[in-house]
Amino acid sequence: MTEERSGASILVESLVKQGVEFVFGYPGGAVLPIYDALFGDERLRHILVRHEAGAAHAAEGYARSTGKPGVVLVTSGPGATNAITGIADAFLDSIPLVIITGQVPTGLIGSDAFQEADTVGISRHCTKHNYLVKDPADLAAIVDEAFQIATTGRPGPVLIDIPKDVQIAMATWNDGPIQRHQRYNPRTEGTSEEITRAVEMLANAKAPVFYTGGGVINAGPRATALLRELQAKTGAPVTSTLMGLGAFPADHADWLGMLGMHGTFEANMAMNQADLILCIGARFDDRVTGRLDAFAPNSEKIHIDIDRASINKTVQVDLPIIGDCAVVLDQMLTEWGTRKGQDLTEWKARVDGWRERKSLAYPSNAQAIMPQLAIERLYELTKSKDPVVSTEVGQHQMWAAQYFPFFSPNKWLTSGGLGTMGYGLPAAIGAQCGNPDSLVIDIAGDASIQMNIQELGTATQYRLPVKVFILNNEWMGMVRQWQELTYESRYSNSYSDSLPDFVKLAEAYGWKGIRIENESELDAGIQAMIDHPGPVIVDCLVHKETNCFPMIPSGAAHTDMILYGDTVAGTMDDEAKALV
Amino acid sequence: MMHIQHEAEERHVLTVTVDNEAGILAKIAGLFTARGYNIDSLTVADITDNHAVSRITIVTHGPRSQIDQIHAQLERLVPVHKVVDLTEVGPHVARELALVKVAGVGEKRVEALRIAEVFRARPVDTTTESFIFEMTGAPDKIDSFVALMRDLGLVEVGRTGIVAMARGPEEA
Repeated sequence: MTEERSGASILVESLVKQGVEFVFGYPGGAVLPIYDALFGDERLRHILVRHEAGAAHAAEGYARSTGKPGVVLVTSGPGATNAITGIADAFLDSIPLVIITGQVPTGLIGSDAFQEADTVGISRHCTKHNYLVKDPADLAAIVDEAFQIATTGRPGPVLIDIPKDVQIAMATWNDGPIQRHQRYNPRTEGTSEEITRAVEMLANAKAPVFYTGGGVINAGPRATALLRELQAKTGAPVTSTLMGLGAFPADHADWLGMLGMHGTFEANMAMNQADLILCIGARFDDRVTGRLDAFAPNSEKIHIDIDRASINKTVQVDLPIIGDCAVVLDQMLTEWGTRKGQDLTEWKARVDGWRERKSLAYPSNAQAIMPQLAIERLYELTKSKDPVVSTEVGQHQMWAAQYFPFFSPNKWLTSGGLGTMGYGLPAAIGAQCGNPDSLVIDIAGDASIQMNIQELGTATQYRLPVKVFILNNEWMGMVRQWQELTYESRYSNSYSDSLPDFVKLAEAYGWKGIRIENESELDAGIQAMIDHPGPVIVDCLVHKETNCFPMIPSGAAHTDMILYGDTVAGTMDDEAKALV
Repeated sequence: MMHIQHEAEERHVLTVTVDNEAGILAKIAGLFTARGYNIDSLTVADITDNHAVSRITIVTHGPRSQIDQIHAQLERLVPVHKVVDLTEVGPHVARELALVKVAGVGEKRVEALRIAEVFRARPVDTTTESFIFEMTGAPDKIDSFVALMRDLGLVEVGRTGIVAMARGPEEA
């Protein structure tokens, strides 16, 4: 079928063709033709957010929890600039998004027209690719390529800026398959030499560690299964970055917990003492490596990554393999065959010695709820429902990563690379859209939750039963912790003054509000949250000055962890202060 | 006390073949600024009959590891077809074109013309009191010529930046 259609109509048809179910968006002048094309169209479900940042994060939550690309639709100017934080977030965490932005009509571009912003310019370095569409005849092919780019290779956000006149103008459209440009063909397989060498290195290692990341999740459930299979062949201990949690089951005997700045003692010590590090879909981020010249000094390193630019970016590796995690793991398993690795008894005994430090054991407190305990209870009471958990950013996020175990991929949604406060609530909303029958919980802090609090209204409107569990310590806890540890407790602007009454706020939005003030109410409060069929905010008042440990202070090596019970000096030299 | 540390740096010539689409130059130049890389020179022109493909020559300098990153980051851009690090590939020809305006009379004017001949710089505009010389060559040759003209009435210099190509019969 070939016919004349408007740009807006071609866009909608193209989205439907891509299998899009949800569009997270907010209307405005420069996207009115697209909103008109959406009107009454039952094939796409539009979720009206309350702020465009919420749209981008909701699309991220949808994408991360379903493995499908998230779609955002916002207007020109402020619509686009508000969405930028979420786009940058998706860029750093490799989340596939397609963002449609309206633009002022072609003839007005560059004239400082009403609600004009140089969206293509502004988004250039926080998108994987972007387009300014000048002719509706190009739209179908652009949308097709945008989805291909967003979802293949290293996933990421792709933005399509569409001037208003291009949305209205007509072009010939047909429902046949798109003739694709074929200019984006990322490498997915390792060479046979690479695979042979990797397997030899792994088979000869006496103290190997698997260091896994978000790439394993992005490569799909098959990568997770293959990771577990390869681990079973070798028996190597496994650690993961923040982004990779869930790829390896947290109750496995060889699971070390998360590594890095707030990682476990055993994970960081194993990285430090390993003779071989197999990095799978992680990128040696500064939160992971600590002081670079002291990072894993005695190990050989294999790095599997689909992005060539991630190889040797901060840490030089001995064997890079550019490819998709699932494909390369599959190749390695085939090459491994019936081989036997080295006897790891001695290595595992050393690892057990580090486990003995019980680095996640925290002091108890009779007066106040310890935040770690609150997370542990939240996990115990919800685990039978296999919940999807999102977080905001800060101490609560690290506690969630440490004390809420995950067993499968796509259950853990967090802003790792950009560290965006305000991510969790909209991400939970997006995840709930994609997983209508799941229990979806945003573990939040009292400061972060206020950054996109307006999205409470979105959940109400679409009857999404998301739960927000606030660890309320009346501080921007992580900022306060750094100020305590590195600025002699000068708490500059980190106190959460004038907090709203979260219970009343919940009720004002039509949510249920629950306050938990002491440990005796903790389980009942969590249970009431689970049992309520609609959205709930739990305002859980926790011990105010608890720090998040273990911690590798900035500029320190993996072996210099601060653990619970250590005395910490209140200052730091300038070199360390200058690090992120 | 903290001081900023500097690493040993290398100079590399890269050629980048790209789709000739709107914003591609901004994308590439912006990548350099966004990630803190250096551009010493950048030239660009389309190289196919249908104007669909452009070749960009970039001269950059930085620590070894950064040059490798620049290569990888450029390759990651969707409209980039190919990146060649000519310094890495081996022997290559690097040429630049310069226009050099020199004003003067008498002995200095004669001397300027004589030196221009030695450098094979051609006068492309002449008045009774000035020349514009056009010369092509390796950048250091142009540097030398410009330095000599300084005493002989140099008015202004325009340079294109480098275009470069690997030696031998193959495409790099």
